[in-house]
Amino acid sequence: MYRYDQFDHQLVTERVAQYRDQVRRRLSGELTEDEFRVLRLQNGVYMQVHAYMMRLAAPYGLLSAAQMRMFAHIARKYDRGYGHFTTRQNVQFNWLKLEDTADILADLATVEMHATQTSGSCIRSITSDEFAGVAHDEIIDPRPYAEILRQWSTFHPEFAYLPRKFKFSITGAAQDRAAIEVNDIGLQVVKNAQGETGFRVLVGGGLGRTPIIGTEISAFVPWQHIITYVESIVRVYNEYGRRDNLYKARIKILVQAVGIDEFRRQVEAEWQLGKDGPSTLTQAELDRVAVCFAAPAYENLPEQDAAVAALQQSDKAFANWVKRNVRPHKVSGYAAVVLSLKQPGFAPGDATAEQMDAAAELAEKYSFGELRISHTQNLVLADVRQSDLFALWEAAKAHGFATPNIGLLTDIICCPGGDFCTLANARSITLAKAVSERFEDIDYLQDIGDIDLNLSGCVNACAHHHVGHIGILGVDKQGEEWYQVSLGGSKGSPASVGKIIGRSFSFAQIPAVVERLLQVYVRQRFEDERFIDTVRRVGIDPFVEYVYATPVAEDKSLLTPAYDLIRQGTPYDTPYYSPRF
Amino acid sequence: MLIKNNALVTDEWTVLRLKDGETADQVAVPAGKVIVPFPVWNCQHETLRGRPELGLWLASFERAEAIQDDVHRFPVIAVDFHKFSDGRGYTMAYRLRKQLGFRGELRAMGDILRDQLFYLKRVGFDAFAVRQDKDARAALPGFADFSLSYQASADTDAPLFRRAQRGVTP
Repeated sequence: MYRYDQFDHQLVTERVAQYRDQVRRRLSGELTEDEFRVLRLQNGVYMQVHAYMMRLAAPYGLLSAAQMRMFAHIARKYDRGYGHFTTRQNVQFNWLKLEDTADILADLATVEMHATQTSGSCIRSITSDEFAGVAHDEIIDPRPYAEILRQWSTFHPEFAYLPRKFKFSITGAAQDRAAIEVNDIGLQVVKNAQGETGFRVLVGGGLGRTPIIGTEISAFVPWQHIITYVESIVRVYNEYGRRDNLYKARIKILVQAVGIDEFRRQVEAEWQLGKDGPSTLTQAELDRVAVCFAAPAYENLPEQDAAVAALQQSDKAFANWVKRNVRPHKVSGYAAVVLSLKQPGFAPGDATAEQMDAAAELAEKYSFGELRISHTQNLVLADVRQSDLFALWEAAKAHGFATPNIGLLTDIICCPGGDFCTLANARSITLAKAVSERFEDIDYLQDIGDIDLNLSGCVNACAHHHVGHIGILGVDKQGEEWYQVSLGGSKGSPASVGKIIGRSFSFAQIPAVVERLLQVYVRQRFEDERFIDTVRRVGIDPFVEYVYATPVAEDKSLLTPAYDLIRQGTPYDTPYYSPRF
Repeated sequence: MLIKNNALVTDEWTVLRLKDGETADQVAVPAGKVIVPFPVWNCQHETLRGRPELGLWLASFERAEAIQDDVHRFPVIAVDFHKFSDGRGYTMAYRLRKQLGFRGELRAMGDILRDQLFYLKRVGFDAFAVRQDKDARAALPGFADFSLSYQASADTDAPLFRRAQRGVTP
């Protein structure tokens, strides 16, 4: 993975000092909350329901074991012993004191990390394919480019006060696992007919209030020109993006308003002014960064490990786990393993400090000391010898990582929701718990097969409900929480936005609604047809008819106080700075 | 007071802002060093053209390109930030410096605060009128928040990878 040089170190160190002084001035009253909010957000610090939340960057989802241990340390020292992995491959801590946040940045800096631009109206921490570098369908490893773009966007002086947040995602594989079609800029590393490397560039995708699939602005930008090209896009957006209405400020609205052809013309005109200038990427710089992502010292191993194959025959539980949580690897004898953070009964994407330490140890023991965070809020050990799979499975079980549900119904993508977030209308974590407990039977889940269930607590769509095969969105109606259900969304290859099936449901109706949707699927599917393919083939009408045919009963067990909050939130008893208390 | 070259200096210029009832075509531009708003220049440039000491200011929604033929006429161009979080002025400054070749004083005014000074300087501003209720002297350390940068901008033509020998030294 990328290692900091003296310049990277110096920048993060100076960032810590800058932020520490900003916090000091906020606490002394020198800075107003309006002035400070923008500054803290660009360091990932939010004010939430119970406390401050801080979102720490794991650029393109890649982590060393030492960095994961730092998360565990932060969870123990500053938080309540756990953290939450996010759909943008970052981690956030929900129970922080403002006074501690500069110390957290200082601790992160010791392991080459930061929280820069994980929030705010700026270029956000970039995301990528969690199987980058090891995927069997990869054409080009996107990570060196992701790192180069991270550096370009970090503290970019012109783009710290954009109309709205700005998200990049990058992939180098045939199958898009990075949701590039629903980012402000989506980049696909490709080779042209001459065998040269470049980028297919999409622009104006995004979810939130107005879900839009990105449009191709260029079929091929040579890699040397990617910085000047994306800089031209962001510059045009900075000038022309709407600033009068927060809900219409994303680049997707601008692209829709002027049309892709006119937007492309503006970007091309801008690009001509900077193209071939000093920001043109050099082979030397690409090589310097790329060497950090060179393949680890793989052993020469047979394609299949006979002992593991035999264990799959004799041990059904192990076979289930291999089937769901183990992915093919481009190197013979290796596999990529997903550690599930979707244990029924626990908040999706949460991990305790002990689990973080355990994951770091497993990475050191089985995967060259590296981990990835997936956009589905799980962890990935990308370079595991097949012969180690059984031992890794046993260890994963001991730490609650071995639920064999990757890609299944209970691998729910979920935002923190109303239990933590001030924006949410609804309790997404609590509902995820209710749904996953109803569908705990693994044979049933296996039978249903691949399905994305995304659960967002509000229209900001942190859980990407628009692109869930089943999307659930919390909505507020006269102060009450209701849930709107959509069908047929997909995050990539190809991406699509789900269609709302009809009027909303109550919290306690949702598990039964999901069950009815699955019943229609089971009736309608052809053999081995995935849920999303059935929805695409038959349309949403058969689902709508069945779901609304008879009244949906509420599950009364979900109306008990135990379901009010998974983690009963109580504010700190010691006074600390927050206007909320 | 105005910040120039990392020090407080007396501002010799007066900024003309239209009051209620005044219009760009009719307002009288006082004598002396005056920074006029773009609409006043637009309406009165034929009479104002002869004045040697005339500055111009642009609002965040206006365009640097609108004065591209006249840019070298002004000793001072100011960009007015009605809100510090409106970042259009950063691109406007970059264009004035890098694309329109403006070499005079480029002034940031309006909602100008300490924590934006470093970026403002990078995109080409060299004069800073800190918001009046803030202590301009206390804002000076803001220029030193960082001692280096990754990207090119108006302050440096080259990104870090062309400026420095990068990489982990063994």
